[in-house]
Amino acid sequence: MKRSKSLFKFVTYICLTIGIVIVAIPLWYMISTAFKPQTMVFELPPAIWPNPSTLLNFTKALTTDHFGLYFWNSLKVAITATSLTVLVSSMMAFAFARLNFKFKEPLFYIMLLGMMVPPVMLIIPQFVVSHWLNLYNNLWGLILVYVTMNISMQTFLLRGVFENVPRDLEEAAMIDGGSPWTIFIKIILPLSGPGLAVVVINSFLYSWEEYSWANVNIGDTMNRTLPIGIALFQTEHLTEWGQVFAASLVALIPVVIIFIVFQRYFVQGISTTGIKG
Amino acid sequence: MQATKSRNQIIPAIIFLLPGFALFFVFFLGPLLYSLRISFFNWNFAHPDRSVFVGLQNYITQLKNPIFHRAVINTAVYTAITVVVKMVLGFLVAVLLNQKIKARSFFRVTYYLPVITSWVIVSLLFTYMFSGQDGLVNYFLKDVLHVIDKDIMWLADPILALVPVILVDIWKGVGWTVVIFLAGLQSIPVELIEAAAVDGANRWERLVKIILPMMRGTLVFLLVVLVLGGLNAYVPFQLITHGNPMDETHSILTLMYRATFQRLDFGSGAAISYLLTLFVFLLSFVQLKLLRKPAGE
Repeated sequence: MKRSKSLFKFVTYICLTIGIVIVAIPLWYMISTAFKPQTMVFELPPAIWPNPSTLLNFTKALTTDHFGLYFWNSLKVAITATSLTVLVSSMMAFAFARLNFKFKEPLFYIMLLGMMVPPVMLIIPQFVVSHWLNLYNNLWGLILVYVTMNISMQTFLLRGVFENVPRDLEEAAMIDGGSPWTIFIKIILPLSGPGLAVVVINSFLYSWEEYSWANVNIGDTMNRTLPIGIALFQTEHLTEWGQVFAASLVALIPVVIIFIVFQRYFVQGISTTGIKG
Repeated sequence: MQATKSRNQIIPAIIFLLPGFALFFVFFLGPLLYSLRISFFNWNFAHPDRSVFVGLQNYITQLKNPIFHRAVINTAVYTAITVVVKMVLGFLVAVLLNQKIKARSFFRVTYYLPVITSWVIVSLLFTYMFSGQDGLVNYFLKDVLHVIDKDIMWLADPILALVPVILVDIWKGVGWTVVIFLAGLQSIPVELIEAAAVDGANRWERLVKIILPMMRGTLVFLLVVLVLGGLNAYVPFQLITHGNPMDETHSILTLMYRATFQRLDFGSGAAISYLLTLFVFLLSFVQLKLLRKPAGE
């Protein structure tokens, strides 16, 4: 019994390590290429770490093509869209989890439609609406669409979280004359940290990396976001992979920070959302 | 008391729901219906009032279009392979990670790194790795493993071009299924599994008789979400194959994009997306029916 257990542990480590290697090779290849001089980009066998290594790709990528501006645009879009998604979807989730009103069920199901319809299929009519509302070529056009494309899923997740908050606390507050708004702000939100962390990660990732809608709605160079900038950069500098990946690595920094800050809530958060057995 | 309570909550409910539903109507539901209208017209984007009603013509044209057939096949193959592989691998890794092992959070975080790396970046990365000449993959197959004797032009072949597209999705997506499976595994009471072990059930029996049935909800959720994601594949196709060669490597949505924004045929684009949506609805419905909890549970 004991022996089979330690054998199983051993196999576990072997398998997990093989997995790590498979995950790491492409990432490592990207990182090392970003530090390669152009002459070494297609050199085989690939050097584990380029010698000589260079920061030239970073300085070149960051100074050409308004890269700094794209970064700033992406940051504005992602932060605003994430904050609005958290606010709007937690409000909706609160109503669906805690308030009594007519047509609650049908409204909830209508809203769930948003999870069934692929974002890309809405691009055509959203493009038309965006022209009507003067949101074409405007970062708000990205922000409002990102929030909309996120709220169904995030409301669904948060409703599960809020339903797990014990009702006793809330009843006590209600007896003290607390309004739904006070209950929402003072009781429900503070007790839902891990669930909210999941929503922050989901919506930040989505808005930071969204490509299809940004590609359609932004025509002007000055309003481009990073994914558009990087994809265009690659088509314009076909073989300059060092610069492409230097730009990509810089683009990954905010995402990695968000992930490191929130990751410890992540698995815990998902189990509180009610997607489980 | 109960009656006053429900009456009181209509106003707060409106306030709490209004911002969300306002966005939802303007940017989701409205566009969804509007796109249905566009799909029945030979749509004129600059002058919508001059659009010509063509009935089901856009749909019929697409259903007869060999490029559309090809895109449907590509999307179906891509979805089938990626969903199955991601679920199996994700489940295995989750079971392994759900033990008391050292460096568990290191493994968990590393497996998740590809998930947080953006689609645009990983698509470019795989394009680079699958370069015909001097690509990392060809080097590995030719000079390390010696299974091929000359370089494969991955992106020049309509079938082989799907390989990097499928692999990138698996590589990027497994970490997410691992996390969802882990959350599911952690919601199974430990006592239940220990009791089974005491009763003499071996690892395999515990897996099949206890863990899998308890994870039914997680499995259904993952299946529905992953299939939906697969059918909607867009960025990896768009950035890795661009539909080349000869429009043979489109996914349904890259074809929609091409019809709409390159040929400015909004009607056909809308028809393609509605065909996809119809199919997605049917499939989700069937999946949910098939996988619904057996009666009595």
